[in-house]
Amino acid sequence: MTTTSAPPGAREPGAPEPAAPKPKPKRPRMSPMRRREALNGYLFISPWILGFLVFTFGAMVYSLVISFSYYQLATDTARPAGIANYQMLIEDPKIATALGNTLFCAVLAVPLEVALALGLAMLLNTVRRGAGFFRTVFYLPKMTPTVATASVFLLLLNGSNGAINRGLAALGIDGPAWLLDPAWVKPSIVLMTLWGVAGTMVIFLAALQNVPKELYEAASIDGAGSWRRFWNVTLPLISPAVLFNVLVLTIAAFQIFDQAFLLFHRTTASGSSDASLFYAIYLFEQAFRQFNFGFAAAMAWLLFVIILVISIIQMRIGNRFVYYEGGER
Amino acid sequence: MSAQADAAEPRMSSAALAAAADSPVQPRETRLSVWGWVGQVVRWVLLLACTGLFLYPIVWLLAASLKPRGEVFDNRLIPQTWQPENYVEVFDQLPLLAWLGNSVLIAVLAAGFVTVSSSLVAFGFAYFRFPGRNVLFGVVLATMMLPGAVTLVPQFLIWNQLGFVGTHVPLWGANVFGSAFYIFLLRQFFLGLPRELFEAARIDGLSAWGQFWRIAFPLSVPSFVIVFLFEFQASWNNLQGALIYLNTGSATGYTVPLGIASAMTKYSPESGGHGDYQYVMVAALIVTLPMLILFAFGQRSFIHGIATSGRTG
Repeated sequence: MTTTSAPPGAREPGAPEPAAPKPKPKRPRMSPMRRREALNGYLFISPWILGFLVFTFGAMVYSLVISFSYYQLATDTARPAGIANYQMLIEDPKIATALGNTLFCAVLAVPLEVALALGLAMLLNTVRRGAGFFRTVFYLPKMTPTVATASVFLLLLNGSNGAINRGLAALGIDGPAWLLDPAWVKPSIVLMTLWGVAGTMVIFLAALQNVPKELYEAASIDGAGSWRRFWNVTLPLISPAVLFNVLVLTIAAFQIFDQAFLLFHRTTASGSSDASLFYAIYLFEQAFRQFNFGFAAAMAWLLFVIILVISIIQMRIGNRFVYYEGGER
Repeated sequence: MSAQADAAEPRMSSAALAAAADSPVQPRETRLSVWGWVGQVVRWVLLLACTGLFLYPIVWLLAASLKPRGEVFDNRLIPQTWQPENYVEVFDQLPLLAWLGNSVLIAVLAAGFVTVSSSLVAFGFAYFRFPGRNVLFGVVLATMMLPGAVTLVPQFLIWNQLGFVGTHVPLWGANVFGSAFYIFLLRQFFLGLPRELFEAARIDGLSAWGQFWRIAFPLSVPSFVIVFLFEFQASWNNLQGALIYLNTGSATGYTVPLGIASAMTKYSPESGGHGDYQYVMVAALIVTLPMLILFAFGQRSFIHGIATSGRTG
């Protein structure tokens, strides 16, 4: 029995050439015990290997092929399209609109989410009694299904008699027509996202609780005020959590779908203005309403590349500032 | 400046030591300065304000679900006219029972399958040495970074080829093969179990399956609970999947999120509805309740799971 059944490894998605089976130098023969162990290992991980080959690797190769063809769902036929779908990415003005909206939302949402989550976590971290209660309350929105959140916010954000504008009016502020004014559509979405910020908060809370108390005491004794303590002790020590949250929240922001769909795109008719056309929404429309699978696949690859590039940039920049205590923990 | 601080340090700490010796278990609050009190008050005001902001939409939803049609929008947190009949009528208005049944079935299958398969795979990666293990585990980690949008279209086409579009199968089918995030999480957990247990069992002649089933499984129930709860919630919330795979079928095949989305359209005046939003509110509350109950029982698992794994959504 040979052990060449390992699937192709982490190959670059852009290069799907069939794996050229390299004749590996023969390993020394394994002892029967080791061979049994290896066989058991493969057996245990076989579900994942199968799923990976079909639903991840296979799907990615399939997606790449489709993105270079015109695919007809009804007849299940694909004609070659060359790079036409990718050309459309440049020619279709809605792509730029959707990318712009998505980027706008990400730039607005991610810093606000990080700041709010960190603020709440620090607040909770200083409370001794009742911290569990408040943590539970802050976390409840995260447990609320998006569809429920959206149906409530649809009414709360109503421009004329929604609770949010009533509240603002009580403070003497004339609230905008959140869901109708193109300028306020994206802030509405961000507001909904901020309501569910507790997941990020919990990660910060865990990081804060790992900061050794002695460091604060030492800093206080050295005469550092609370701002200096935050800036020079807390922030460096929780910087891995900050980087992690920024990465995860950015990836999520680029795929924002549910809220925008429920508020603005439930039907093609309510297609509203372009202000709420996010990338994932447009991809969904192209794939599952227009059935332009080739174009949608090309869109997906563009999104993949954009997310990859942004993540790499964030990690590069982040690694300059992130403080890892004694290397690995 | 720094020399001064250095000189001050031993004196300060010995003073602190002396103070600690004088009153060893005094709670700190008793020694708060004026500024300390102000800080404490500000802190509690902020906490209560945030509590209000986070709870308001949920209370609003509860109140709105108990109001008659004309008053749903009145923003009162205590209904002027109580109409608990909404909770009965909604079942005539919308096939909510069918939606709930579908959602529960899909969520149980999705969470159950992913827990079992991910734990098997994680155990394989944690306890057996085999050629290519590190490379393969690297691939597992790499797939965690893959945006779901990339495989959306081809996965639909695969399920379409298999003839499962319009059925519930695509909403849990891929879970039979495990999920990278949970594999990673459970492998971390398995690696924390003492290796000697497994060595001893192997020497006593326990098979690989026995080691998993008789040793690893009973010790890992808490982390299985985390995985199950996470996936149950994810499945319960899954709107996009339902839109893609179930939207073409009859309304009784919907899951709750898809059903509520359709109800939002059905009752909206723009599409000819009569604005019976109280039914949407009832349905929204009913879809939320199981999650709140789940959270009440599994809160520690949720918080612990997020804190250790970094999953946020």
